[in-house]
Amino acid sequence: MKYADEFREPIAARAALDAIARVCDQIGATAENPVRIMEICGGHTHAIFRYGLDKLTHPGIEFIHGPGCPVCVLPMSRVDECVQLAEQPNVIFTTFGDAMRVPGTRKSLLQAKADGADIRMVYSPLDALELARRNPDKEVIFFGLGFETTTPSTALSIQQASREGLTNFTVFCNHITVPPPIKALLDDPYMKLDGFVGPGHVSMVIGTHPYDFIADDYGKPIVVAGFEPLDLLQSVLMVLEQIRDGKAVVQNQYARVVPEHGNPVSIAAIDDVYEQRPSFEWRGLGEIDHSGLRIRETYKAFDAEEKFGIGYATGTRSVQEPEGCECGAVMTGRMKPTQCPMFGKGCTPEMPLGALMVSSEGACAAYYQYGGARAVEAAE
Amino acid sequence: MCLGIPGQITAITDPTRMMAMAEVSGVRREVNVAPIVTGALEDVIGKWALIHVGFAMAEIDEDEAEKTLEALRHLGEAQEELEAMAAGASALEVQP
Repeated sequence: MKYADEFREPIAARAALDAIARVCDQIGATAENPVRIMEICGGHTHAIFRYGLDKLTHPGIEFIHGPGCPVCVLPMSRVDECVQLAEQPNVIFTTFGDAMRVPGTRKSLLQAKADGADIRMVYSPLDALELARRNPDKEVIFFGLGFETTTPSTALSIQQASREGLTNFTVFCNHITVPPPIKALLDDPYMKLDGFVGPGHVSMVIGTHPYDFIADDYGKPIVVAGFEPLDLLQSVLMVLEQIRDGKAVVQNQYARVVPEHGNPVSIAAIDDVYEQRPSFEWRGLGEIDHSGLRIRETYKAFDAEEKFGIGYATGTRSVQEPEGCECGAVMTGRMKPTQCPMFGKGCTPEMPLGALMVSSEGACAAYYQYGGARAVEAAE
Repeated sequence: MCLGIPGQITAITDPTRMMAMAEVSGVRREVNVAPIVTGALEDVIGKWALIHVGFAMAEIDEDEAEKTLEALRHLGEAQEELEAMAAGASALEVQP
């Protein structure tokens, strides 16, 4: 139990680990025939590796790392469009820092900044709004990125910009939603999943009911989880108990933050500003129906795609991933990060080739950071 | 970005924009409190919230705030959030 001492509640953690082991034995889960549990959220992936939960839990559990890292699933074509927007004259392009190093076909945003584009890392879309107020002669574009957790922030910012009558603020919208890719993975005949650990902060916004289809239509258990290691262990245990008892329901382990029906202010702002796109491209998963959001007609003055005539407004185009990059196979659970020929050699957190190595929430970065030399050796 | 960070709301700074000052791990940052307002705006003063990219997204109690902060420190995410806030503040300045 190398990391168990670091748990805030080591006794509770050991009890949860013991209970997990008992239920694994009861249902006959073994290393050869494991229960496959997908943690959807990249934050959970990071926590699993940070605390070594994949090593501490019974060998009959295999964690499958889901598509819940927004930087990791961003297709290269969208990075290219960011660079294209940022390189326009008179533009201040604003972005979360996570997205700066994601490689594009020509360059990353970091390289574009080095080449002279005015690209600024901000903490919040509110910073971009303030830049627009202070620079009325410049076009300020915010790179809207993320799942339901961050979607309310850009929706509320666009509503604020509209109330103030700002004419130099737009959002390049790349917001995506969690349920459609989960449905796509469940429909994939090669994907064998026995249950899910659901993203707590997405449900903080949308509640737990958007996951009902996982239990009702696919017969799989899902437990919405918090981010502390004990939260994750308890959630894994709840998934296993459902499997043992032949149940499939949506459970909420993170009720101290997640209300059943989500946050009404945030949901109302999302509904007011955004609508579903017919489809959206995901790195590794391709186009998925109704999985992305776009800005409604009412707010089109704040839509960078409309204003600058790029992206889905001009028709979609897919861009090939870099040669040797297996992010797509890793993303769909067909390959472990260490099985990618570029892992730790042509692709490291310092010089990432694929998006999964860029963000700390990416599976490859987590393997590299916490597996260290062992992970690189295992890849050889 | 997705994990957020706990902060305590200390004052309302701009009622029309629903903006308030929050103290996050010793750092002061203006945040939007719209998602956690259920009654009078002033009622949020003194409350703890999970703050995501400048928005108070969920009210939490002080004990939960402390536990979450500790978990974020272990993950290295607390420092990352505070650095992002500092980067956001400097992004507003005139660039060289």
